[in-house]
Amino acid sequence: MKPNSKPAVVIGAGPAGLCAAIELKKAGAPVILMDENAKPGGQLFKQIHKFFGSKEHKAGVRGFDIGNELLAESLQLGIDVRLNTEVVGIEKDQKVWAVENRTRSYVIDADRIIIATGATENALSFEGWTLPGVMTAGCAQTLINVHRVLPGHCVLMVGSGNVGVIVAYQLLQAGAEVAAVIEAAPNLGGYGVHTAKVRRAGVPFFTSTTVIKAEGKESVERAVIANVDSKFIPIAGTEKILDVDTICIAVGLTPSIELASLAGCGMMYVPELGGNMPIHNEYMQTTIETVYIAGDIAGVEEASTAMEEGRLAGIHAAWAMGYMTEQEMQSKTEKTRERLAALRQGIFGLKRLIAKERVIQRGIAQ
Amino acid sequence: MAESAQNSIRIEKHPILGDLQSTGEVTIYFEGKALKARAGEPIMSALVAAGVSIFRYTKKGLPRRMFCGIGRCTDCIMNVDGVPGVRTCVTEVREGMKIEKQIGNGIWQIQKEEEAGNEAQ
Repeated sequence: MKPNSKPAVVIGAGPAGLCAAIELKKAGAPVILMDENAKPGGQLFKQIHKFFGSKEHKAGVRGFDIGNELLAESLQLGIDVRLNTEVVGIEKDQKVWAVENRTRSYVIDADRIIIATGATENALSFEGWTLPGVMTAGCAQTLINVHRVLPGHCVLMVGSGNVGVIVAYQLLQAGAEVAAVIEAAPNLGGYGVHTAKVRRAGVPFFTSTTVIKAEGKESVERAVIANVDSKFIPIAGTEKILDVDTICIAVGLTPSIELASLAGCGMMYVPELGGNMPIHNEYMQTTIETVYIAGDIAGVEEASTAMEEGRLAGIHAAWAMGYMTEQEMQSKTEKTRERLAALRQGIFGLKRLIAKERVIQRGIAQ
Repeated sequence: MAESAQNSIRIEKHPILGDLQSTGEVTIYFEGKALKARAGEPIMSALVAAGVSIFRYTKKGLPRRMFCGIGRCTDCIMNVDGVPGVRTCVTEVREGMKIEKQIGNGIWQIQKEEEAGNEAQ
């Protein structure tokens, strides 16, 4: 079989996209990696905490170090990375429409497309939520860890999941005060290790509690929180006022599926993984044979799982393009799947594993 | 209330990231006032560091600052060098850049010669 000369286009240079491009390039396939941002790495560089998992999964290594390793590898391999390049359309027959520097538009005739566009943080609507000082937890994390500036001095964290507790801890490390972490559910949602660190720092946690109002003339000066009943309705008379200048929202993420949708990929709703997402099989192939997905777009998980999914997509695409034998593809895929399975253990991992299985079964059936 | 009410500051020392390293200095102008920014950073963080708490006003006159910080939500859009609707969280500072608060959809304020220059490109 003569290998294809048309390139694979990988969209998004975060952990998933970088790993997909690395696998393709290592196999000798032509690959173009595009990202709308000025720098590659996606959201890895704001993750300054140590990752979980085994040594193989870079456990104990911090997000930004993983980012630097991946960038060094892609540089060494000579991957064609196109930054400041926004993919604005995917047409029939894998035509990828890109806009460079917001000035030049061009179309690439791709052989395979891997969409690794990540996810977007959810908003939460309450009175005063548009006031300056209300922002997503990821926004605060970017400001403190990447741009090194404090968005405020006293923070209310809304949401006790991993993002909520990790960012709360990082706000403390950056020198801010965290007035409280609140959680609408009756139980806390984050990994025990991260939650315990914030607790030890003396930050109070309130469960069955939500934010009902942000007050302030032209920016946040106070937050009003209240207990909620079993239907998440605030209970009158339980309001508390917190003197904060910043309210961080950490209430989950939603896969960024716009391009997969444009490409015509079949979708399914998976609440455990963030909502609507493209159906995919065990090779990360969507309902369109030539289009793959990897990372948070394929269900919101973690950078470590995103990297393995990126590898799965890259390996299969390299084989489909004729740059790898079937035996090699199967053996590499098997090893990657083993690592991926090891990452989906524990109470949180198991829930994601079951949800992913559901998606994959749909993907195989299609 | 003064715009520096939030009194935001640079994180000079950090237990994990270490001391803040200099990346070089860039001068930008916010509403005509000169501000020092770090080379390579986006407009958003330079303004936050300078204590700017309002980036724009909506058509209804409501103040806005930033929300997602990574170019998704467009909450932080401002008028930059005469162009409205610029996402300040993903636009790097440049020497001499002029940044104005945006009101509603904003207005284009590009000079005639710049327009001619753009057409020639």
